[in-house]
Amino acid sequence: MALLSFERKYRVPGGTLVGGNLFDFWVGPFYVGFFGVTTFFFAALGTILIFYGTAMEGVWNPWLISIDPPSIEYGLGAAPLLQGGLWQIITICAIGAFVSWALREVEICNKLGMGYHVPFAFGVAIFAYVTLVVIRPILMGGWTYAFPYGIFSHLDWVSNTGYQYGNFHYNPLHMIAIIFFFTTALALALHGGLILSAANPEKGREMRTPDHEDTMFRDLIGYSVGTLGIHRVGLLLALNAGFWSAMCILVSGTIWFDQWISWWDWWLNLPWWAGIPGGVNG
Amino acid sequence: MAEYQNIFTQVQVRAAPEMGMVESVDLSNRGRGAGFSTLLGWLGNAQLGPIYLGAFGTISLASGMIWFFMIGGWFWDQAGYNPAVFMRDLFWLSLDPPAPEYGLGFPPMREGGYWLIASFFFLISLCTWWVRTYLRAAALGMGKHIAWAFASAIWLVLVLGLIRPILMGSWSEAVPYGIFTHLDWTNLFSLTYGNLFYNPFHALSIVFLYGSALLFAMHGATILAVSRFGGDRELEQIADRGTASERAALFWRWTMGFNATMEGIHRWAWWFAVLVTLTGGIGILLTGTVVDNWFVWAQDHGYAPLDQ
Repeated sequence: MALLSFERKYRVPGGTLVGGNLFDFWVGPFYVGFFGVTTFFFAALGTILIFYGTAMEGVWNPWLISIDPPSIEYGLGAAPLLQGGLWQIITICAIGAFVSWALREVEICNKLGMGYHVPFAFGVAIFAYVTLVVIRPILMGGWTYAFPYGIFSHLDWVSNTGYQYGNFHYNPLHMIAIIFFFTTALALALHGGLILSAANPEKGREMRTPDHEDTMFRDLIGYSVGTLGIHRVGLLLALNAGFWSAMCILVSGTIWFDQWISWWDWWLNLPWWAGIPGGVNG
Repeated sequence: MAEYQNIFTQVQVRAAPEMGMVESVDLSNRGRGAGFSTLLGWLGNAQLGPIYLGAFGTISLASGMIWFFMIGGWFWDQAGYNPAVFMRDLFWLSLDPPAPEYGLGFPPMREGGYWLIASFFFLISLCTWWVRTYLRAAALGMGKHIAWAFASAIWLVLVLGLIRPILMGSWSEAVPYGIFTHLDWTNLFSLTYGNLFYNPFHALSIVFLYGSALLFAMHGATILAVSRFGGDRELEQIADRGTASERAALFWRWTMGFNATMEGIHRWAWWFAVLVTLTGGIGILLTGTVVDNWFVWAQDHGYAPLDQ
C-alpha cells in the first residue's frame, strides 16, 4: 500500500514548474512530474552506460569497476566512447539527473507549501560535484583532470591529486572544510542526542519538554541555540562543509600549483618577524 | 515568497531570561544571571547563560585548561619567550610524544615526559566532562544519549593517544599536540601503513562523516522548510503528529520513496554521528597492530588491483 494514513489529503494537483498537469501523478510513493521523467531518463541511461563500459573492460568486481575520464590528449574535446567518451556522456547524465531531481524537489515543495531549503541545499552538493568534474577540468584545460567513476578508483584519484600538492592537509581551504565536516558531525550528535534524550527520558518519567532541552544545554555549556536555531546551525554547517570542499580543490591546479605547505610562506615572510632567529622557522 | 523562507530571525523579543527547569538540579551550582546577544538572536536563542558549574565541570575545565596552558607554555618555550616568534611559528610549534626508544616508559621532561603529563590532564578533562554530560541529563530526568554519543568521540581519542600506543608498545605512536605536526602525523600514518583509503573502517568513518553532513543538511533544511507549520517544535510533533511532520515526511516519501518519522530522523542522526568516531577508532586501532599495509590487505581481499 503506497499511501500513508494521512497521505490522501495532501495529494493535490498543481505546483508544477513544467508540463502543467501532464506528468502530475504518483507511482507508488514516488511523485513523478516532468522532472521525474527526466531524472529517470538520465539515471537509467547513465547506469546502463556504466554497465556497458565495465562490460567492455571485463571488470565485474564491484569494488574495481571504474569509468575513467579521457586522457590528456583529448583536452576539452569529445573522446571516443571507450577512451573517455562514456565518462563524458555519463557525466552529462549525472548532472541532468541531479538537476532534474532538485527541480522535482521544488515541485514537491510547492505541493506541500514548504520552503525551498532542501532543493537549495541539494544545489550546493550539485555545485560541489560540478566543480570537480566540469569547472576545474575546464579551467585546467582537460577532462582528464576530473575524477573516475569507481569506488576505489575515485579514492586513488583523491590520493594522487592530493599528493601532487604535497601534504594536502596544509591547504587552508581544506582545513576549513574539514573543520566544518567535524563540527557538523558534532552538532548532529548533540542535536540527535538531545531530542532522543528528551523523547526517551529516564524510566517512569514523563516525556521531557523543549524547556528541558534548553535547560540541559544551558547547564552543560551555558548556551542553548534553541529548537529552531539548531536547524539553521546544522544546515549552515553542512552546506559550508560541501562548499569549502569544492573551493579547496578548485584552487588546486588553477591558481595554486605548488606544494600547499609553501603557501604558508607568506605568513613567515611578513616583514615584522621574517628575520627573527629562534623558534621553528628562525 | 521571501518572507516564507525561514533563514534568520527578523524580530527578536526580549523578556526576563529563562532560568531553567529545576527538577533535581542543585541550584546552588547554577548561575544566577543571564545575558542577551542580538547577534546570536539572529540565528537562534539570544539568551546566554545561566551555566551549571558542579564539581565535575570544575575539574574538567581546570584540567582542560592545565592541558591547554601546558601546551601553550611549551610553545612559549620553543619560541624562546619571544612573542613575535610565538605568533610567527604558532602553527609550527609542537609538543611531541616521547621518542620510540622510551617505549612505554617515563622519559625526561623535555623528551616527552611533559607530553605524558599534559596528556594525563587531557584524559582527566575528557572523562570528567563525560560524567558531566551524564549527570546534567540525569538531574533533568532525561535519557543519556548525549553522554553515550560523547563516549564514542572519547573512544577515538583514547585509541589514538592511549590504547593503540600501549598495544604498539610505545608512546611515540601517539599524536603530537601541534597544528601542523598533527597534520604531518596524519599524513605519515597513511603513508606508513600503505594508504589508509584502503582501510575499510576508514572508509566507513568517512561515509558516516559525509553522511552526517548530508543528513544534517536534509534534516535542517526540511525542518526550516516546514517551520511555518511549527516543524521546529519537534518534541510536540513526536508526541502528537501535526501537519508539519506530515508534510516533512511526505516530502521525502514523494522524493525518494522513503521517509523517517519525527523521532526516527534523530535516531538516524545520532547513529550516523556516533559511527563516525566508532568506526574511525576501530580503523586506527587495527592499523599497525593487526594490519601493516592496507593496500596489500585490500589486494588479499579482492578490492585492490593486483597489478600495482
